[in-house]
Amino acid sequence: MSSLFEEIATPPADNIPVRRITVNVNGTDRTLDVEPRLLLADLLRQGLDLTGTHKGCDTTNCGACTVLVAGRPVKSCTMLAVQADGREVQTVEGLATPSELHPIQEGFKQEHGLQCGFCTPGMMLSAKALLERNPNPTEDEIRWALSGNLCRCTGYQNIVKAVLWAAEKMRAESN
Amino acid sequence: MYPSRFKYESPKTIEAAVALLDAGKGDAKILAGGQSLVPMLKLRFAFPDQIVDINNIPGLDYHRFDADGSLHIGALCRHEDLEHSAEIAQRQPTIAAAAPLVADPIVRTRGTFVGSVCHADPQGDWAATMIALGGHLVVQGPKGKRTIDMKDFVLGPYANALNYNEIAIEAVIPAPKGVARGGYLKLERRVGDFATASVAVALDMDGNRVLRAGIALAGVGGKTIDANEEASALVGHDLTESIIDTVAAAVAAKAEPRTDHRGSSDYKRQIVKTFVKRILVAQIAEKVA
Ligand SMILES: Cc1cc2nc3c(=O)[nH]c(=O)nc-3n(C[C@H](O)[C@H](O)[C@H](O)COP(=O)(O)OP(=O)(O)OC[C@H]3O[C@@H](n4cnc5c(N)ncnc54)[C@H](O)[C@@H]3O)c2cc1C
Ligand code: FES
Ligand code: FES
Repeated sequence: MSSLFEEIATPPADNIPVRRITVNVNGTDRTLDVEPRLLLADLLRQGLDLTGTHKGCDTTNCGACTVLVAGRPVKSCTMLAVQADGREVQTVEGLATPSELHPIQEGFKQEHGLQCGFCTPGMMLSAKALLERNPNPTEDEIRWALSGNLCRCTGYQNIVKAVLWAAEKMRAESN
Repeated sequence: MYPSRFKYESPKTIEAAVALLDAGKGDAKILAGGQSLVPMLKLRFAFPDQIVDINNIPGLDYHRFDADGSLHIGALCRHEDLEHSAEIAQRQPTIAAAAPLVADPIVRTRGTFVGSVCHADPQGDWAATMIALGGHLVVQGPKGKRTIDMKDFVLGPYANALNYNEIAIEAVIPAPKGVARGGYLKLERRVGDFATASVAVALDMDGNRVLRAGIALAGVGGKTIDANEEASALVGHDLTESIIDTVAAAVAAKAEPRTDHRGSSDYKRQIVKTFVKRILVAQIAEKVA
């Protein structure tokens, strides 16, 4: 079977126009022709091979597919790819630099914030959005901000610790 | 899962969006936050021919209090805008209490207040809030604007009073007569779950005297339950525990809960009664800091 992206991208039904969109993904403009019904999660995973964005439920419940659109967390299984036209999208692949992990990634490593890792990309992006608005969150504020991201493994304790670790490191770095 | 095929437009003006709806003759749908519509498209519960994305129309993402004290919420005001608004926290307690309880933090970055009201989900938090507050919607169609009172807006589950070629452009909450008080309580099994039962209470008060009272319920009936008539028993009276007991019992009797995986109908009715009481008792003047 052809991938969903290929199936959707070629060839469209007679009266369905394909849209040309330009999305800035992790700092690079990507121009693609997509059918309007293509979901952002499928554009990223199958169109751009950015498989770090996970699909857990595909029903808007789990948050595994969370990416940042214009800096705010969005469930990419619940947004059309055409809606990202002209906007900035950040995925987990955009967190680390070639030489260095992002402090949030380091925090997850230091505090053992993951087990299977399926929820982790979404968790980290929700955490990033939180720390941008609130560099010094309380444990409660972290739990609240991550409450749209489900984890079946960790019991959340170490995820919270990981975010606290990252917050401290990021505050130290910005001083 | 992916939606069935549709045509997509993202007009830059309300007029252009209305024209697309009009041309669609009922087969076109507005896309606002997409947090109800996109899941429904993916489940193929909805399969419109044309999607009209209003997210690129400038100037609809506001919420503001006018000089007369009325609150105006534009069609692209997101749940999280209300949740984080200092003005709402200060001046509109029912909306301030409900905002953090709608869905989960990620859904709240996209979902809109007006979209939620239009969706008319019997478990939706904002339709209940709007009914309790006595609000109305300003809608625009090919012939111009009109207003629809919230009490006439929700017709049934997922059914509203809009014509196929009309867009709701803003929600309006009238200025309170005295001081706006009230609250919102919701029982949910986990974050992001729909309400097992929730209660919206909106009061206009002068000291401890009630000048206007509205109560509405979500999750306990086939549609949003309007209990404003029961609430109006408070009007002209001081808030006391005894009158609160009477009203809480009347509101609970108005609920039409059904037994399901979230609880028995008796249980849900009991929750409604308890929540009405809790919110109202907290508004008794000497208990308000
Ligand atoms: C996991 C999850 C949990 C949720 N939990 C809750 C909850 O606890 N409480 C709650 O209240 N909601 C909940 N929701 C629903 C959420 O609040 C939606 O954001 C809301 O119901 C719809 O708003 P929207 O802007 O996303 O609208 P959309 O999904 O874009 O549209 C919904 C419907 O309204 C129509 N519409 C939208 N805007 C307009 C307009 N301006 N004029 C005319 N028609 C319009 C659309 O055509 C569509 O039919 C949840 C959703 C999810 C995915
Ligand atoms: S895959 Fe998008 S919310 Fe679960
Ligand atoms: S680590 Fe396995 S789901 Fe979170």
